[in-house]
Amino acid sequence: MKTFTEPTGILPAHDPEQAMAWPAGDDGRPRGRTIGEVLPPAAPQAIDLRISLLGKNDRIAELNRADFNSRGLLALNLVSSPGAGKTALLERTLDEFGRETRCGVIVGDLETERDAQRLRRSHAPVVQITTGNACHLDAEMVAGGVDALNLEGVKVLFIENVGNLVCPVSFDLGESARVVLLSASEGEDKPLKYPPIFKSAQLVLITKIDVAYHLGFDCAVAAENVRRIAPQARLIQLSSRSGEGMAEWYGYLNSQLGR
Amino acid sequence: MHEIGIMESAVATVLDQARLRDAAQIHRIVLRIGSLAGVEPDALRFAFEVAAAGTLVAGAELEIETVPARARCVSCDFEFTAESGFIFICPLCLGLCGDLPQGREIELARIELS
Repeated sequence: MKTFTEPTGILPAHDPEQAMAWPAGDDGRPRGRTIGEVLPPAAPQAIDLRISLLGKNDRIAELNRADFNSRGLLALNLVSSPGAGKTALLERTLDEFGRETRCGVIVGDLETERDAQRLRRSHAPVVQITTGNACHLDAEMVAGGVDALNLEGVKVLFIENVGNLVCPVSFDLGESARVVLLSASEGEDKPLKYPPIFKSAQLVLITKIDVAYHLGFDCAVAAENVRRIAPQARLIQLSSRSGEGMAEWYGYLNSQLGR
Repeated sequence: MHEIGIMESAVATVLDQARLRDAAQIHRIVLRIGSLAGVEPDALRFAFEVAAAGTLVAGAELEIETVPARARCVSCDFEFTAESGFIFICPLCLGLCGDLPQGREIELARIELS
């Protein structure tokens, strides 16, 4: 944007009289310019914006949240590193908890329908989102997933995020709560190494505790690390294989459903 | 890798603002990134080169301001800035704090254009 109002460009030969006729500058001297002098570029203008760069995602997430609320749906965003046992947890949850309470699943992966096929054995409505190269689900993908699901009678919607402990941090999906899983095979120090995702959790699940002993994984140390990084989060230790701790997990789901 | 998407959003927003204000040149872009936002400044800088290429934004200076986390103690309600690390302990009552009123910002703070 040009802010100069005085003559611009290269000025005619310097003539003191003509120069004196020009309006005076701040220092009282005429603002005339000499031959060959090129005007400096207009001074940059600073504009304060404070615009959220996730504004679009956040707006869609709020629409999702309103949609979930109007359907009386508990939506949980499950986040972990790949292989922490999200799908195994959901398989057992659909088999046991899902028998009494209808559940649906949106599952995200970069590629394949494998997780959806595993989960469909329970006859729950399941939709797979393949993200291609995207490292996380965003609110728009979830909205698309919801459209593709028959949610009639469904009380709990599990959103199984892409296995990743970094990128999903920033993306609100409109969930009621964020559940972060940490498996015994990952080491007790995962919360110390990936703090932001644990700080954003309402519930942390320590999974695969049936093999913890064999892996030299100390559940008490892991629990203390979770508590120090994420004191806001509730913590449950469980095994989807042995079934230990599953009742507490179902208790959590029921409490969130207001039962 | 989500930094690419965030930077594309930043470039699009800056171009909208430049059009709105009839700007011919964009000199500087300032982002505010919270220390708990899960966004890596170095990855943002790399993404900036990619997202800005071929647009009016290419050649602008990118500045990233880090916003430190602020924590509020649930026991005594004291609020404090967490200068470093990720374990936030209330300096008054030594309680662990998980309530974070600041530190998750991902914002386009300021632009300079002419």
